[in-house]
Amino acid sequence: MWVWLHKFGSPKYFYDVSGKILPWVGGATALLILVGLYLGLFASPADYQQRDTVRIMYIHVPSAWNSMFIYLLMATAAAIGLIWNIKIADIVAAVSAPIGASFTLLTLITGSLWGKPMWGTWWEWDARLTSELILLFLYLGYIALQSAFEDRRTAARASAVLAIVGAVNVPIIYYSVQWWNTLHQPQSLGVGTSAIHPSMLWPLLLMAIGFKLLYVTILLLRTRAAVLERERNSVWVQELVQDMAVKSAPGLTRSNHEQR
Amino acid sequence: MNATPGVFAVLGVLIRRDLLLALRRRAQILNPLVFFVIVVTLFPLGLGPEPNLLQKLAPGVLWVAALLSAMLSLEAMFHSDFEDGSLEQLLLAPQPAFVTVLAKVLTHWLLSGLPLLLLAPLLALWLHLSPEAIVVLMASLALGTPVLSLIGAIGVALTVGLRRGGVLLSLLVLPLYIPVLIMGAGAVDAAASGLAAGAHLSMLGALLLLSLSLAPWAAGAALRISVE
Repeated sequence: MWVWLHKFGSPKYFYDVSGKILPWVGGATALLILVGLYLGLFASPADYQQRDTVRIMYIHVPSAWNSMFIYLLMATAAAIGLIWNIKIADIVAAVSAPIGASFTLLTLITGSLWGKPMWGTWWEWDARLTSELILLFLYLGYIALQSAFEDRRTAARASAVLAIVGAVNVPIIYYSVQWWNTLHQPQSLGVGTSAIHPSMLWPLLLMAIGFKLLYVTILLLRTRAAVLERERNSVWVQELVQDMAVKSAPGLTRSNHEQR
Repeated sequence: MNATPGVFAVLGVLIRRDLLLALRRRAQILNPLVFFVIVVTLFPLGLGPEPNLLQKLAPGVLWVAALLSAMLSLEAMFHSDFEDGSLEQLLLAPQPAFVTVLAKVLTHWLLSGLPLLLLAPLLALWLHLSPEAIVVLMASLALGTPVLSLIGAIGVALTVGLRRGGVLLSLLVLPLYIPVLIMGAGAVDAAASGLAAGAHLSMLGALLLLSLSLAPWAAGAALRISVE
């Protein structure tokens, strides 16, 4: 397993493999989200109480799940980078933060839009809303620390410590805020139990998986870009760029070669 | 025959050194306290002198002010040692990094948390808190302010090498302070409305134990990264 991990941790290998996976993941993302959106927005019934506003759920809940999932993944990747010195893990942690922050912001905005017709207010100091807002602050702190250092290596290691401390704190913050105030509806989905009718559950699950894959797609794209940027002085990147240039404008580069 | 001094001996020496250094620069100790008093004074001026309103807001106001003043004094924890290079020497010394951090945290608490704790009852009187609530306020500050110093140490350790770490520090540390704020203000609020504050205080105690066992370790790791 260690051999595999180190092999996968090498930027060039990652770049090659991720390039092959990317179209499949991207395609699956598009398919799942399109089907999920169709089922959620057109084919599923409106809620008897919340009517059509319930359809906000198909965006809101998957992005809320993502916002927390990405923080955990980011902290894990940061820890792996800190402990085993794996470059790819550092990059994954660094590029995950803005994506996670975006999903958190999306959750807050859709939640706010949902809250207006349901609770009659744009914002309520409810436990889950508040902890989501605090999660956004944690992301922003991480991004700020990440960009404060000149040196990439130090930035990765320092922000890894912060991410781990944050990950320890997230459950504490969550429960303390919950104790402080609760208005939000209780969780509808538990392991093995569900208070949602299948006609609404299916689009929700499709959207949830679609959003996870959307994250993976963006993650792969951004990580590949970051790999190229950080490794720009290495031989394989230069060769890659050379190949791309040959493919896009064969005549031009050939004549350059001849001149040399 | 023991060449390296024991952990507690080192701890004692470090704390004595830092207290001595701080006593030579008294203004640095006083400034956060004056800040604390001024912030608390601002609230009645902004909200109006209505006793009932002030009484209701007092737990939150006092705790937020305590939080901010603790945060303001954080930067001094490692800064001068980092500037003159003694921090590097301390990390090279045979004792583990968390002992150094623990000494710094204890000094910080003695210089900022403890005076705050002693000053708080006076300000609580200004805000018309009941005597029972003042007792609970002191208990909650006694349990809560060390947590602020401990968590803050991680933030300072991460930002000590940066030229403009101040605003960044608050961005990193304030979200992590939220549980302490909720429990601390909650305890005082409960006592002020005649309810038992035991649960909140127990939670604060739990937070203290947890941060005491984990924070020095994390701050030590962060210091090594910053000093490198």
